[in-house]
Amino acid sequence: MSEPVLIMGAVAYAPKVVTIWEGFKAFFMKNGLPFDYVLYSNYESQVEAQFDGTLHLAWNSPLAWVRADRIARSRGQQVQAVAMRDTDCDLRSAIVVRADSPVQTLADLRGKTVGMGALDSPQATLIPLDHLRSEGLVTARDFQARYFDVLGGKHGDHIGGERDAAVALRAGEVDACCLIDGNHLAFGLDGTLPSGSTRVIARTGAYDHCNFTTSPDAPAELIERFVALLMAMRWDDPQVRPLLELEGLREWRAGRTSGYALLERAVDDENFYSRDGAILNPDYRY
Amino acid sequence: MAPSSTPTIDIESLGLDQGALLLIRRALAERPVGGELQVRGCSPDWEMHLEAWCRSQGHPLRFDTVEGRPQARITRGPHAEGRWRDAQATGTALGDINGAPADDAEAGWGLAARGATVEAGSPNFFFALHRRHELWAATAGELYRQAAAAQWDPATAIEWDAEFDLPPAIEAAVIQVMTYLIENENAALLVPARHLGQIHPHFREVLQLLALQCADEARHVEVFTRRATLRGHEPALSTAGGQASLRTLFDAPDFSVATFLLAVLGEGSFVNLLNFLQANAPDPVTRQIARLTARDEARHVAFGMAHLEYRLSVQPDYQATLRNAIEVRYDALASTAGLNEEVFDALVLLAAGELSPGAVARGHAAVQQLQRDMAAGRRARLARLGFGRDEAERLSALHTRNFM
Repeated sequence: MSEPVLIMGAVAYAPKVVTIWEGFKAFFMKNGLPFDYVLYSNYESQVEAQFDGTLHLAWNSPLAWVRADRIARSRGQQVQAVAMRDTDCDLRSAIVVRADSPVQTLADLRGKTVGMGALDSPQATLIPLDHLRSEGLVTARDFQARYFDVLGGKHGDHIGGERDAAVALRAGEVDACCLIDGNHLAFGLDGTLPSGSTRVIARTGAYDHCNFTTSPDAPAELIERFVALLMAMRWDDPQVRPLLELEGLREWRAGRTSGYALLERAVDDENFYSRDGAILNPDYRY
Repeated sequence: MAPSSTPTIDIESLGLDQGALLLIRRALAERPVGGELQVRGCSPDWEMHLEAWCRSQGHPLRFDTVEGRPQARITRGPHAEGRWRDAQATGTALGDINGAPADDAEAGWGLAARGATVEAGSPNFFFALHRRHELWAATAGELYRQAAAAQWDPATAIEWDAEFDLPPAIEAAVIQVMTYLIENENAALLVPARHLGQIHPHFREVLQLLALQCADEARHVEVFTRRATLRGHEPALSTAGGQASLRTLFDAPDFSVATFLLAVLGEGSFVNLLNFLQANAPDPVTRQIARLTARDEARHVAFGMAHLEYRLSVQPDYQATLRNAIEVRYDALASTAGLNEEVFDALVLLAAGELSPGAVARGHAAVQQLQRDMAAGRRARLARLGFGRDEAERLSALHTRNFM
């Protein structure tokens, strides 16, 4: 009987995903963990594959985590977040206006148009919408949301939606836009939003991003070895560092699920998924 | 420890997207891993940007309020130094005490400047020529400087509109010689160019010198072509024997052997030929061209000699390879016609200046003297490379009749 292989799912949101997982696969194999991966074009199919026996675990967006968790609970099963990047912890999003905008506070956005990211972006759509709602501003009722819906199903992993929203803000096509904090800095550095041309009027609460989500009944021993090998990856190892750089982290950390409350609430308030993980948003294409 | 002992920088109103990251990075680099740095600022969004940056770089961060202003306290994370752990040293820019680069340049040094520190894990570049003795010359740097200083512009260095009028037979002879020179210069450009791309850039002096050598030959191809076509004619004849001779240079796989055959024996003979043309050409344009190209070729010979002298100094038994290369080339060309008679006759005619028997006799004698001069030059260079007198004579005689 052949040795069991740990099968992981990842979403191909950019060509570099192949480089990353081919590199990680070589690392795992070299260190004695039989490992393979399957690429999906969207998180929805990937999460569903976690429940039909195809995948032992998945590299999930925060929204995919929420859905996997909901599906599992509805079936009396359990999924676990076993690892995440150091850069996945405590992110915030910003709501940004042009520097010369009359908008000073969130309340001034009434009747205005706010540029969002992709429909399924936690950081540029769902969490900012939740933040606005918590401040008494409900989309369609109090302001118009304009979605820059790039690459549906990728859960906003692709920067394109945020960039398009930023460009629209600069062009005066929207009154505000929503960005992850690091992208506001990046767009300032690369000239998309020249320094001083915008003003941050609000920041969301902190939230966590991706995690490795185990499937129900995943082989515990293989998962344990997988996590141990992740934690053994070192930034100062020249073989591994290029992969960590591509994936955007300095070190792996143990998974935690304490940072998903804002997104959970947004998913319910915006009717994105049902309590059992069904997709509710009729406009969502992936 | 008192809070005041923690270094503090004030980025004032400079945004992180306006250059403040440079100040923060520099200040943080002076702290030990785990050490702290306080940052004050007042530009809009600096705190948010600092949070995002510290998260991406793995530096823990917290904010205090000092005198009513937010003050960041960054703990230097452990990762920044990681990139340079096990970094590779690549010698020094100027080489060792004798100005020599490394014995063997490593593939992982890649395209980095000699003397640079290269991050471990940089991609390997495959350079077939990475061992010093296979390509180095002690005078490579000096020859490069000479070559750089001696570049000339074909457009201005030659009086293309100088007035002269040649009889058709003499003009035809010039065109035939130019045609022959062009194909030889094509070889002299392409042979080093083929090796150039295989040389590890650690040996930058050789790389630079060969690049200029290629530029020299490119210029020679231009000026010979312009002279051939100056009076509205097309270039003349190219023989199978001539091209077969050049083909043996073109196919020589070893840099030192190719340099030996091309530069030491071939271009060395060509210096004699170009000097002959400078003395015997019937028009000022051809004479100017011959003078300038001979000067360049002499430098190419100098590099070839310097390289082989270096190689033989560290690998004396390499002499057998050189001897063998001449013999193999001679055997390969034994069945070819050698120098084509059109070129030979053209040279005679140029030296004769006219078609009278007396003049042709003088021209013929001059070309024979040229061939003796070429052979003597080859013998002298072979002797400098350590070949005994008789052997130098024998090997010189085996050189291709096509001169190059």
